[in-house]
Amino acid sequence: METNKDLFNYCLRLADDSLILGHRLSEMCSKGPVIEEDLALTNIALDHIGRAQAILKYAGEIEAKGRTEDDIAYRREEREYKNHLITEQPNGDFANVIARQLYISLFEMLFYSELEKSNDKTIAAIASKTIKEIKYHLIHATDWTIRLGDGTEESHLRMQKAIEDLWMYTGELFEMDEVDLFMAKNGIGVDLTPMKIQWEQQLTTILNEATLKMPSASYMQTGSRNGMHTENLGHILSEMQYLQRTYPDAKW
Amino acid sequence: MNKDTQLDLWEVFIQSKSGLPHIHAGSVHASDLKMALQNARDTYTRRGEGTSIWVVLSQSIGASNPDDNDMLFDPSNDKVYRHPTFYTMPEGAKNI
Repeated sequence: METNKDLFNYCLRLADDSLILGHRLSEMCSKGPVIEEDLALTNIALDHIGRAQAILKYAGEIEAKGRTEDDIAYRREEREYKNHLITEQPNGDFANVIARQLYISLFEMLFYSELEKSNDKTIAAIASKTIKEIKYHLIHATDWTIRLGDGTEESHLRMQKAIEDLWMYTGELFEMDEVDLFMAKNGIGVDLTPMKIQWEQQLTTILNEATLKMPSASYMQTGSRNGMHTENLGHILSEMQYLQRTYPDAKW
Repeated sequence: MNKDTQLDLWEVFIQSKSGLPHIHAGSVHASDLKMALQNARDTYTRRGEGTSIWVVLSQSIGASNPDDNDMLFDPSNDKVYRHPTFYTMPEGAKNI
């Protein structure tokens, strides 16, 4: 029973990252710098929302209280969301959208490659499917980081500012609490500690090519594992949950 | 006159199945080949249309002049014998 509760929590963490980032990216619809980029970002948004749907469906099965993926996605309170703080940060300018995507996609690339080997067959299957999408997200974010970083004076400044502004939300990606430890020990989840070094190495390579400086500030935000969020999540949820809260069980 | 702030224009060709020809799907704006391929993928293959993408700078395509259409295309109009429609099908053959 304890295992199921931990597995449920673990699924929520994975799914909420995808759900909230997917929602953030969907806000870029009609706001991309060019129409092709508008499509690219909303494509990526749909990949994330699709992944969230698959994981939340499984979470509902594990919980066994009859909740569907929609119930779990749209009928929780702020403190019950377990997404990393970086996923809920506002879009800001285009450089900021790209920096956020770079940090997250690089993390997800490492994370889901490991998760593909999970003992849990459903999680492993979702990881295998999702890794193809993540590869593309990472290429997209990397190319733009290099183009903007090694672009004009203005784009360089904005890209450098974006990677520095978001840096304090990256430490949290590699935190291991008792749920992570338990999942890793049982071969279901992933040990994040060795991943941090790989992530930093690969990031350094990309930033070097983009003529950007690796951020060095050491202060890191934390809290999402316990449902403590920045003020941004409340605003996302009020919009995201509006329909389900106003018209419960609405169908169309 | 306003300077064109759009990126370069690229023509996109999509192959829907291995072995079939690449067919013109439309165009995208992009600053380089890599971006053109990504934009083409995001714009024209989102619903499973493709197995392969070609992109080419629009300015690299040579085009015939519409004013020459009479000269180029009319002479073939009365040469139906160029279609292989005058053969009789041998009995039992499904196609020739």
